[in-house]
Amino acid sequence: MEKFTQLQGVAAPLDRANVDTDAIIPKQFLKSIKRTGFGPNLFDEWRYLDHGEPGMDNSQRPLNPDFVLNQPRYQGAQVLLARENFGCGSSREHAPWALEDYGFRAIIAPSYADIFYNNCFKNGLLPIVLDAAIVEQLFQETVATEGYKLKVDLAAQTVITPSGQSIEFKVEEFRKYCLLNGLDDIGLTLRNVDKIKAYEERRKAEAPWMF
Amino acid sequence: MSGQTLYDKLWNAHVVNVEDDGTTLLYIDRHLVHEVTSPQAFEGLRMAGRQPWRLSANLAVADHNVPTTNRSEGIADPISHLQVETLDKNCDYFGITEFKMGDIRQGIVHVIGPEQGATLPGMTLVCGDSHTSTHGAFAALAFGIGTSEVEHVLATQCLLTKKTKSMLVKVEGALPLGVTAKDIILAIIGKIGTAGGTGYAIEFGGSTIRALSMEGRMTICNMAIEAGARAGMVAVDEHTIDYVKGRPYAPQGALWDQAVAYWRTLVSDADAKFDCMVEIDASTLKPHVTWGTSPEMVVTVDGCVPDPAKEPDPVKREGMQRALQYMALQANTPIQQINIDKVFIGSCTNSRIEDLRAAAQVARGKHVAANVKLAMVVPGSGLVKRQAEQEGLDKIFLAAGFEWREPGCSMCLAMNADRLEPGERCASTSNRNFEGRQGPGGRTHLVSPAMAAAAAIAGHFVDVRDIARSPLKAA
Ligand code: SF4
Repeated sequence: MEKFTQLQGVAAPLDRANVDTDAIIPKQFLKSIKRTGFGPNLFDEWRYLDHGEPGMDNSQRPLNPDFVLNQPRYQGAQVLLARENFGCGSSREHAPWALEDYGFRAIIAPSYADIFYNNCFKNGLLPIVLDAAIVEQLFQETVATEGYKLKVDLAAQTVITPSGQSIEFKVEEFRKYCLLNGLDDIGLTLRNVDKIKAYEERRKAEAPWMF
Repeated sequence: MSGQTLYDKLWNAHVVNVEDDGTTLLYIDRHLVHEVTSPQAFEGLRMAGRQPWRLSANLAVADHNVPTTNRSEGIADPISHLQVETLDKNCDYFGITEFKMGDIRQGIVHVIGPEQGATLPGMTLVCGDSHTSTHGAFAALAFGIGTSEVEHVLATQCLLTKKTKSMLVKVEGALPLGVTAKDIILAIIGKIGTAGGTGYAIEFGGSTIRALSMEGRMTICNMAIEAGARAGMVAVDEHTIDYVKGRPYAPQGALWDQAVAYWRTLVSDADAKFDCMVEIDASTLKPHVTWGTSPEMVVTVDGCVPDPAKEPDPVKREGMQRALQYMALQANTPIQQINIDKVFIGSCTNSRIEDLRAAAQVARGKHVAANVKLAMVVPGSGLVKRQAEQEGLDKIFLAAGFEWREPGCSMCLAMNADRLEPGERCASTSNRNFEGRQGPGGRTHLVSPAMAAAAAIAGHFVDVRDIARSPLKAA
């Protein structure tokens, strides 16, 4: 997993509550063989005017000019501003995969659905919870100022606005530790390499037919 | 101190590390891989520059997307084609053994594991597929995992997990003629419900289970997940050891003797304590047919579609009404008056040689009813298919108007070209009757192989016990 320490990036405001995983990445794309490549189909139904199917050349599809991510000023955004209960719906890991593949590294919202929240950490995507009032302020500033960038510092647990305002956020120590060090479950398990090897040695002696 | 359950023994033998909160690093002996849930895991492995921890622990096969008709033309659907091709490439790249589509050993992942002896007693066995519970029939701890965990197992040969509670389902008594392992598990699910086993590992025991063949035990463990349990298992006995002996991946010579000595300890101690126990009297069981859209919506073949008006629980009542509507059934209709459009004999629940023999015995010398548009038999593996052909079962099916197909998951979940059309009603030997499972708008009734064959001949559900009682009429 990629480490997350800090970033400074353009913020894009997605002004809807209860954005579900089917909206984030519709089900017809789950037949894909990849964990990457979901970016072009992120928010597919909102982003394009036609119906998307896997295998289509997305660059040829008609874009919905009203959808926020299609506006030139938000191109290259790395921070997604969202409303409450973001990521509700199914457990598909394809949702954080799609957000990350698109280029987002952090999300700021008042609340998230549980499973989605967990899945984000597994995939190096930082979901930040801030008060609804502060999220509202960030929404307003983002819309008012073209090129509005937010700085996210995980070690310090702060979001810093262009005017220098520093906003603290909470994150569980263990999750923070994993993200800062780029440790996923596999990375963590591999810290027990010696124990796994010792187990295998013992087992090979006891039950050699297993190997 | 009380004795250990089989589950305790399997668990304890695989603990690598335990955290304070009980999170356990569990060693995995066997990892089965198929094309749908593995691509992202392999990709993750590659991106992180990791190698599979122990190559020989893995065995791969494509089953969900493969066509069951003319294979020489390859897979028509380009997305399915790519998914299968990706598995081939990943296995070639990392050096994982795979039974490719042209290989006679190819088949449904849960059929080929036991068939090859890749599933052995005492193992922990996982696969990115919920029906991995099947392999518990061999006194193995076997359960399904997600894509991230597939990658975790590939990379570390371990899983981070927590121990669950244990349940004993005790089935006692002689099974009446015409009643099969499928009917036992449908009866169990009907009794405890699809969430009855949630949070438990189930051990199936009792004289009825001990009398079952390994194939029957696999059918039962296969559907443990349909009762909510991630893992189902059966203790080792002579049937287990006889089945495993001589299979390609099974130990041989001195190692065999050593293994057998250990395997014989894989039974729950007489004084072992289970968190929960359920008892079933097999002598009272009848053939079962599901009527709704969940495996717990099941009745006996001599029964009727239940009446929601008689259900006191409002939530259940509403669920029943929705299911009846989806299934286009009227309350109180006798099961045997329900006509069918298609018949599917196959899936990891019921596609092994004994299943095909049971179906062929019913179909012999008869013909599929005129109202049945398609009756298909899909063997669980190339080897099952060959064995059936050696026994002449294919000829019986073909003469009776059944289609005889190539092995794979097929119409169990309709990811390949085999599916129900909207509104079609199917007698199916598979394991899930969810809405749309066998094709959008399709209606599935789960039954045993003999019951499916009998329904194909009659054009509607019939009591296979009537046929079993008078086999001579068949000739
Ligand atoms: S046969 Fe059906 S249940 Fe079994 S592995 Fe294939 S799709 Fe899953």
